[in-house]
Amino acid sequence: MELLAFGKTGWGDELFYATLMTIAVSITAILVGFVFALIFTPLKLSKYKTLNLVGNFYTTVIRGVPELLVIYLFFFGGSGAIMYVASIFGYYEYIEINAFITGSMAIGIISGAYSTEVFRGAIQSIDKGQFEAAKVLGINKFGQFYKIILPQMLRLAIPNLSNVWQITLKDTSLISVTGLVEIMRQSYIAAGSTRDPLFFYSFAAVLYLLLTYISMKLINKLEARYSRGY
Amino acid sequence: MDFDLMITSLPKLLGATVVTLKLLSASLFFGLFLGLFFATLRLNKNIFINKFAYGYSYIFRGTPLLVQIFIIYFGLGQIEYIRTTFLWVILKEPYWCAIIAFTLNTGAYTSEILRSAFQTIKPGIIEAGKSLGISKKIIFYKIQIPIAIRQSLPAYGNEIILMMKGTSLASTVTLMDLTGVAKYIISTTFKPIEVFIVAGGIYLFMTFIIHNVIKYLEKKYSFQQ
Repeated sequence: MELLAFGKTGWGDELFYATLMTIAVSITAILVGFVFALIFTPLKLSKYKTLNLVGNFYTTVIRGVPELLVIYLFFFGGSGAIMYVASIFGYYEYIEINAFITGSMAIGIISGAYSTEVFRGAIQSIDKGQFEAAKVLGINKFGQFYKIILPQMLRLAIPNLSNVWQITLKDTSLISVTGLVEIMRQSYIAAGSTRDPLFFYSFAAVLYLLLTYISMKLINKLEARYSRGY
Repeated sequence: MDFDLMITSLPKLLGATVVTLKLLSASLFFGLFLGLFFATLRLNKNIFINKFAYGYSYIFRGTPLLVQIFIIYFGLGQIEYIRTTFLWVILKEPYWCAIIAFTLNTGAYTSEILRSAFQTIKPGIIEAGKSLGISKKIIFYKIQIPIAIRQSLPAYGNEIILMMKGTSLASTVTLMDLTGVAKYIISTTFKPIEVFIVAGGIYLFMTFIIHNVIKYLEKKYSFQQ
């Protein structure tokens, strides 16, 4: 137990901050994912074949390639790509992006592919009459989506989004390979310096279980809120 | 774009694909039995057995696969007792550690898939079997299991693809699988995009084949024939 003490003697505070880091990365990643989903869901639902192709390409590639490979692409290729873009604008200095941004972008793009599929499914399962009724009532396009489609869509999407959240939360453990100090990396450091990997990795597992358990409870509340009309 | 690198790295990556496929097939094979075993435990009426099976699937589905591999590879070797038993022969090999971790992980997901498949079997089918005087064991093996497997095909197909992606984590315990070799080439040549295209292409190709095989099986064993 003294291994988990707060302060200089134990790893308690380090692991606590690492847990906060995991939560921060997960939330950033899922928000980045939502942005990607907002871009690609309309593409997948579009009438135009070319746009469909772009949307399908994104979801198929990302969901068919291991997360770790995507992270390596970002980790090794991220700063190169940014520097290339910067060089077009005449900036030739070395640019390093920090591990937090690389990690949450990589995980965000992955979770975006899953969110896209969830949103597409949810929108497609809304009754056609709802779209037509909204149009007939003369509500503008923004109101149609924001006031009529979105609330119904969320109710259908939340159970699946909760899965996406769980996947995203667990995927953040992979960012540890880039050196970002989240739960997994901190456990690796602690295990290395105390030579007690069994304890620290098991503790990491407990932390992840706790995070998934708490988020499950919160999501269930959210689900109840959005399905109160049913 | 460095096309030469893409061409020269292809044979290396294809060689590593064999390792990935070995890991995948071994863990799926063992995982299917483990999943079936725990799915039947979940259907057991005894509350302790039931909770035990639920706990297993909850723990392995609620923690990242990376943690599971690290606990088995780095953690278990720490226990003095294990080092003295024959288990150490297996546990000191990263290859077997990876397979054990993958098996336990996919077993947990498979048990959930199969459990829900068992629960969706209409009671009428089992009752029909009973009224024909078929013994409980035969009903389970010859009626429930085949129907459950058919029911769970689409979900299990997804699980195979997820597991294929999961095998990439073997590279974190020094195994040179497809992702491991890809990372090695990236870190020696600093050409991430080219290597990503080739390695990602191989993964996508495998996904494509798995997807279509499952689709074919679904069609072949569909109820309306």
